[in-house]
Amino acid sequence: MKVALFATCLTDTFFPSTARAVVRLLERLGCSVEFPLDQTCCGQMHFNTGYRENAKPLARKYADVFSGYDYVVAPSGSCAGMVREIHPTLGASPPRTFELAEFLVDVLGVTDVGAWFPHRVTYHPTCHSLRMLGVGDKPLALLRAVKALDLVELPDSTQCCGFGGTFAVKNAETSTAMLADKMRCVLDTGAEVLSAGDNSCLMHIGGGLSRLRAGVRSVHLAEILASTEEDPWRATP
Amino acid sequence: MARNPVTWLGSPTFPKAAKAALNDTQLRQNLRKATGTIRERRAAAVTEMTDWEQLRVAGEQIKDDVLARLDTLLVELEESVTARGGVVHWARDAEEANRIVLDLCRQENASEVVKVKSMATAEIGLNEALEAGGVQAIETDLAELIVQLGDDRPSHILVPAIHRNRSEIREIFQRRMGVELSDEPADLAEAARVYLREKFLTTKVAISGANFAVADTGSIVVLESEGNGRMCLTLPETLITVMGIEKLVPTWQDLEVFLQLLPRSSTAERMNPYTSVWTGVTPGDGPQSFHLVLIDNGRTATLHDSVGRQALRCIRCSACLNVCPVYERTGGQSYGSVYPGPIGAILTPQLVGDMHDPQAASLPYASSLCGACFEVCPVRIDIPSVLTHLRAEAVEAKGRTAESVAMAAAAWVFAEASRYEKAQKAGSLARFFAKDGRITSLPWPGSKWTSSRDVPAPPAESFRSWWRKNRCQK
Ligand code: SF4
Repeated sequence: MKVALFATCLTDTFFPSTARAVVRLLERLGCSVEFPLDQTCCGQMHFNTGYRENAKPLARKYADVFSGYDYVVAPSGSCAGMVREIHPTLGASPPRTFELAEFLVDVLGVTDVGAWFPHRVTYHPTCHSLRMLGVGDKPLALLRAVKALDLVELPDSTQCCGFGGTFAVKNAETSTAMLADKMRCVLDTGAEVLSAGDNSCLMHIGGGLSRLRAGVRSVHLAEILASTEEDPWRATP
Repeated sequence: MARNPVTWLGSPTFPKAAKAALNDTQLRQNLRKATGTIRERRAAAVTEMTDWEQLRVAGEQIKDDVLARLDTLLVELEESVTARGGVVHWARDAEEANRIVLDLCRQENASEVVKVKSMATAEIGLNEALEAGGVQAIETDLAELIVQLGDDRPSHILVPAIHRNRSEIREIFQRRMGVELSDEPADLAEAARVYLREKFLTTKVAISGANFAVADTGSIVVLESEGNGRMCLTLPETLITVMGIEKLVPTWQDLEVFLQLLPRSSTAERMNPYTSVWTGVTPGDGPQSFHLVLIDNGRTATLHDSVGRQALRCIRCSACLNVCPVYERTGGQSYGSVYPGPIGAILTPQLVGDMHDPQAASLPYASSLCGACFEVCPVRIDIPSVLTHLRAEAVEAKGRTAESVAMAAAAWVFAEASRYEKAQKAGSLARFFAKDGRITSLPWPGSKWTSSRDVPAPPAESFRSWWRKNRCQK
């Protein structure tokens, strides 16, 4: 199966280990993965902030870059949501684009991806995966099948972490108040690792936890699923 | 044109107002508790309905049909109400509506009126207008009364005093009623009852809003929990109902859908304790004079907007407020309007109708777009989509700003992978400013982020550059 990876601009730039993990994971599951180098950004920041006109050419570009692929996979619920739900309203016809957990469970039909991750993990479902894409508990099913992983439930998990793109800057105080409650829930679990399917939310919660030197690391779902006993996940320096 | 009183004069923009509210720890505690409780109860009340999603779709469709046929349905309503002995008045805006109601009160020589809880009259600032005209309006809904006696502003659609806890309410009642009270809910309710009972018996004019008006029968419907509304609707001689033009349903049968959707969404009850329905005037029973004031106040303009008009489906249940993580933390008054929370963020700016108004233009940004509101809305208003739609209008109204220039520059960079890659490489130099893999302080506007959050140091190598090195030769 020929799959194109849409790394998303944030992951490409700040979290390359996540994109490398997606490649490793999908290849291990028998996909042939391509990364069209012409890809840039889905235009989510522009669209969500009210710059619809700026988002339009980016939506069209996305459709051009990825046309011809059976499937496009993105390690981000919000970018996949942007492409699937919003791009058609901007006059673009994108190819079928999936968030990683959806692709694994719905398209490849696997929940046990043969991963090994000996850490205590809690999972934040992220709003757009949950409500825009309806990913449901697929990520949890994937995590439950990971060997040696101790999964602890995150209290009030469906509440937003307060990121919201430019919301985090335009309404920084409110965003921080939401973040404070999310961090309290994360810390209450006693987990060592906070995972999610979206690096933007992870950057937000992780950025708060890092500021507090809370001793909890944020790790994208893809990196956990890519980790095996032979080649385990390592913190990128 | 006079300014629309739907927003409170002099309200700061949302981020400014929120900043102050976030520091009010009593408010934070009251709201955390109140919204948390009602959220859970609503979820339970909705889960027990196997056809909830179909009901929501039905609610959406009936309301969309109403909006599509509003012109003819309103005329039909006028005819039905008139045929049953009521008088219908049309008001273009708040000022006209207030004048009509004040004139009616004067005709009846009323110096006091009792009021049923109503959003429409709050929207047009009726109490203030009546007071200026020498008529005292007395709120009879317990929470409205608390707001009124406390010289306060509402902060929630259903429970306008949700930001108050019982010891604060006790203090307000003691001060304004001149009585000694405990903070037991029963005691507080009894004090309000004694205070209001006399008003019900002596006041000749009542003013209400309407949850629904049935076009084909001319019936008006009010749902409530306390029974005080029922007193107002039956005891006085004259009843004046003020209603937004979108509150219609075509037929009696359509009520079936909304009488299921509304109580479960708003108070988490299977059925609310009091549902009052009246049709014009019934000789010898209830008020013998009935006036219906239909207000536009920005609704027709809202109807023109094919995306924004869905806000007019709203049945004012408050479910979106109760699940909103922003509302829970900032409270309702931060929205500067009688319509707070997610619905306020999309309805208020449309009713104001001017995105050059900085306060109104700040409201669509008062959301992280998490979508919890859309998930619970009983008439399926896609609030996140309306929010981004209105943000685009706000951006357009503002014209060229530092932000718009930066956004255009970013779009230009993203338009070509080569430019993007160059920017990526330049940006990755920021890692030299990082300590232990994190950046703790950025210049403005990045400082808005780093005030409470670190930024990871950019990696030495982007993913694409890794891909190019490791995969492209193959
Ligand atoms: S927008 Fe929907 S959820 Fe919010 S008050 Fe109106 S009907 Fe209720």
